[in-house]
Amino acid sequence: MWEIWQGIIAAARLLVTLDADLVEITLRSLQVTLTAVAIGSAIALPLGAWLAVQRFRWRRAVIATLNALMGLPPVVVGLVVYLLLSRSGPFGALGLIFTPTAMIIAQVIIVVPLIASIAHQAIRELWSDYHDLLLSLGASKRQRIATLIWDARRALLTAGLAGFGRAIGEVGAIMIVGGNIDHATRVLTTAIALETSKGDFALALGLGFVLIGLALLVNYAIHALSRTEREGRW
Amino acid sequence: MSAILPARAEGLTVRRRGRTLVGPVDLDISAEGLTILMGPNGAGKTTLLRALHGLERLAAGRVLWGMPLRAARAAQAFVFQTPVLLRRSVIDNIAYPLRLQGVGRAEARARAAEWAGRVGLAQALERPAEVLSGGERQKMALARALIRSPQILFLDEPTANLDGRSMREIEAILREARAAGTRIFMATHNIGQARRLASEVVFLYRGRVHEAATAEAFFDAPATPEAAAFIRGDIVE
Repeated sequence: MWEIWQGIIAAARLLVTLDADLVEITLRSLQVTLTAVAIGSAIALPLGAWLAVQRFRWRRAVIATLNALMGLPPVVVGLVVYLLLSRSGPFGALGLIFTPTAMIIAQVIIVVPLIASIAHQAIRELWSDYHDLLLSLGASKRQRIATLIWDARRALLTAGLAGFGRAIGEVGAIMIVGGNIDHATRVLTTAIALETSKGDFALALGLGFVLIGLALLVNYAIHALSRTEREGRW
Repeated sequence: MSAILPARAEGLTVRRRGRTLVGPVDLDISAEGLTILMGPNGAGKTTLLRALHGLERLAAGRVLWGMPLRAARAAQAFVFQTPVLLRRSVIDNIAYPLRLQGVGRAEARARAAEWAGRVGLAQALERPAEVLSGGERQKMALARALIRSPQILFLDEPTANLDGRSMREIEAILREARAAGTRIFMATHNIGQARRLASEVVFLYRGRVHEAATAEAFFDAPATPEAAAFIRGDIVE
């Protein structure tokens, strides 16, 4: 119990003094995760919509695989990305290993199945509503997908937030491909892991509270901006 | 503008799970008029309309329009029994078909506003379509169907479950569309409505065209006992 109090005090102190290191790693956490979620959504939302609209032979198998990949172990993703990007790997020449870019790549792989899967669920229902009208009006496949994504945007926001939640709290993959290098690739989660293994529980907990606060803040901000849960709105 | 009509359906057949729902149907659609499609429940009215419009996979037969199929599809519109509501405002719902055709947002919305006025929805432009009443929804669907100035408009029982006032308003819109040169092909259950609107009647019975005649001939002297019973209001199965 004592550690938790100390953690709260440490978190308060870090926040009140706007500790330079804390600000830096918090901003890096946000930068890496928001970029990964943005890129991931740009891939996953059209993918989810396409899977709802398109009928092809392996569709069921692809959807089942996507659902299974929602639980993709981040450590394994990190390992594979590490092998691909390491100096001796196929993309080693790009020099991306131990950079925020490598972390973003790993997180994109982690969030795409999650966002695509949730997006597919939401869009599938909308598609069954819209199907006849869009066919009657002769909408092209691209137009169908665009219409569905736009009209399901509130549900898709939830998909994006789920992706954000998974990415912001993720440690296994970014630890491996980022290396937790101070002032280069250290983010909140890897810092927490480091402080915990060093035995500095108060600081680790402090960072943990900052992380939770950050996740809440982003969610509130998105909800406020998108005006969800308001009467008469979809 | 080349004409999509007259058109002709030849041997039109729709099967689902081995059961024949409609057909084989041979049907001529003349260039002008308002055809009412009647028949008991389950006769295949909805399926026939959808098949003519190209929404059903045909097991056999074809529909021959006066122009190539692609262009012919764009010259048709369909109003469903339950209006499909896009999760958008009324004006964006009505503008949507134009937006699909690449009309700019401002122009599409301006034309949609004009159409909303014609169907009596001028006060509801920015309301979400979902909050509309049943009659208003169907009027919105009509405006959305008519905004592309289709040469033929299919309607599947557009006034089912609507009260008298909504029905009268919708019939007025249909008369106006017909006067403007739109060919109308409409299923209805309401014999009074059929008498008020029809220039031609197609009586569908057990998936086939049982009788097709001008409205006068059909209502005055139906040629088949089933049609006669149907007009009298007897139960026809």
